[in-house]
Amino acid sequence: MPTLFDKVWDAHVVTQVPGGNQVLYIDRHLIHEVTSPQAFNGLRERGIPLARPARIVATADHNVPTKDQHKPIAEPLSRKQVEMLTTNCAEFGVELYGLGHPYQGIVHVIGPELGITRPGITMVCGDSHTSTHGAFGAIAFGIGTSQVEQVMATQCVLMSKPKKMRISVNGELQPGVTAKDLILYVIAQLGTGGGTGHFVEYAGSAVQSLSMEGRMTVCNMSIEMGARGGLIAPDQTTFDYLEGRKFSPQGAAWEAAVDYWRTLPTDADAVFDTEYHFRAEDIPPMITYGTNPGMGMGVTDDIPAPSELHGAASMQKAMTYMGLEMGQRMEGMPVDYVFIGSCTNSRIEDLRLAGAQVRGKRVAPGVTGIVVPGSQQVAKQAIAEGLDKLFEAAGFEFRGAGCSACLGMNEDKVPSGRYCVSTSNRNFEGRQGPGARTILASPLTAAAAAIEGRIVDVRKVAVPA
Amino acid sequence: MTPFKKLTSTAVPLPIEDVDTDQIIPARFLKATTREGFGENLFRDWRYDKLNHPKEDFVLNNPTYSGEILVAGANFGCGSSREHAAWAIADHGFRAVVSSYFADIFRGNALNNGLLPVTVSPEVLDEVFRTIETDHTARFTVNLEQQTFTNEQTGTVTGFAIDEYKKTCLINGYDDIDFLLSQKDKIAAFEGARVDHSLSN
Repeated sequence: MPTLFDKVWDAHVVTQVPGGNQVLYIDRHLIHEVTSPQAFNGLRERGIPLARPARIVATADHNVPTKDQHKPIAEPLSRKQVEMLTTNCAEFGVELYGLGHPYQGIVHVIGPELGITRPGITMVCGDSHTSTHGAFGAIAFGIGTSQVEQVMATQCVLMSKPKKMRISVNGELQPGVTAKDLILYVIAQLGTGGGTGHFVEYAGSAVQSLSMEGRMTVCNMSIEMGARGGLIAPDQTTFDYLEGRKFSPQGAAWEAAVDYWRTLPTDADAVFDTEYHFRAEDIPPMITYGTNPGMGMGVTDDIPAPSELHGAASMQKAMTYMGLEMGQRMEGMPVDYVFIGSCTNSRIEDLRLAGAQVRGKRVAPGVTGIVVPGSQQVAKQAIAEGLDKLFEAAGFEFRGAGCSACLGMNEDKVPSGRYCVSTSNRNFEGRQGPGARTILASPLTAAAAAIEGRIVDVRKVAVPA
Repeated sequence: MTPFKKLTSTAVPLPIEDVDTDQIIPARFLKATTREGFGENLFRDWRYDKLNHPKEDFVLNNPTYSGEILVAGANFGCGSSREHAAWAIADHGFRAVVSSYFADIFRGNALNNGLLPVTVSPEVLDEVFRTIETDHTARFTVNLEQQTFTNEQTGTVTGFAIDEYKKTCLINGYDDIDFLLSQKDKIAAFEGARVDHSLSN
């Protein structure tokens, strides 16, 4: 009667520690430039090597420019941080897909596309959106830098087993409604703390019908409701996606792996600590109105009054920051920026969806639209399909791979006071730059907003087939 | 790591819910490659205006409030896993954070840096905020050995949970890495015994 989560977790417990913690073995460790330097320093200070260098893969994503990527990074601190990753990887013997490498990209985009991510494994990264990889039926979660150092030193983390939650979404998503809308809807129902202490399994026919890209979008945002991670049972969709990828198992190893992966789904009689059920037909295209991802609503709704999830003080603070008012409808509101990218929505399917929405149209005057592919491989594929030209013809900038305007760290930022419809994952105050006002949405809604110059219900404009 | 046993101090109130780590330390200040100095930019955009002048209405700029305990609204530390948030709070001089609940990753990061997250009930948290509002010199005691949080003003004593292992680490100033390194043989035995589909190619 174990769940998918139990099966994967229990298979990785090295030993039980008195007091409730367990030593959990980590199969794959992804690192990037922002949360790794202090961990490498720690190893140096202790004079210890990496325990299992072959299990680590590094890339530069948060702090890289998305323009002129062939040139040295202009900003000195960013350049130093990225250079330090290169130096550290060389010194400690870590495989690095740095700037200029054909596999470089957002850490949560490259893991899956290279076949590093796979069902049944444990995976960590010093990044909360590591939950993305759970889409493959892996236990994947974000850790702090002290834990990055622990994994480097021992290939293990010490933690207590989280509680189990299942979120079932049954039925069929309506036209114009995407995986992004599904997860924004769930987070709006549960709030930013609704998943705290839990690992979430997403199930139900609407989830099973999603592509791997869609499943990654859903799992990616698990952390936005406070869950440690999210995962989805591996099935034929998962196997089809992985087969033939760069590092996927081949031949007999592939057959053995698939046989094992088929044993992983949650048993029929398994029990969860917490269960939620939603109907896919109830989910509209979603937008956020406030300053956390739980402050979301249907695109045609009015901004709600304070509730149990968002008290009066939180709502008022959010409204002041956003320059909005409770009771206001956001549909039709002018926007300044549109950002299509981030570890949530920068995969080829996202770009295809947005591309179909803007084909033959023009970005509205006064709107800045940027499209940032999640990886060099996504960029290459997009270019092969002519998507770069399509976006540029519509008036978007088509950039190089990176985290870009998701987090206000590199040079891609939204100016203070401006509204940005963004396919990223966080609408926190200042997330896209000091004073920037973020409205989270799907690639479809974001693309439509760029063309119309305002927030629109994609169901009322032509939704691509 | 600095050991933590018992602390009595005044407290700084931050009665805001869902404080995310982007507010605690914005991403543009994560470019440093060491653990030091993040306190300078703690709550940067709430603390300073665009011209880098202190905002008078923010609690860290209000000389009335000081102390080694930060008291914050529910779901403190949500969002990004950046440990820089815990470093910034500790670097500023806080040794404990009190809230009705913490985001999981932040909680772990704090514990790994000798910054004690103290979870109390929403009612106790409300009382703490009211006490500080009435008297900013009110003192509170966090006793890790006894696992109690005391509002010295009202005499309210409440227990808080922490797992035994982490408690021992904090009291002694040990970090997890020492413990994990001591498990080397068990880790190697685990690797030797398993069927591993995670690296095959």
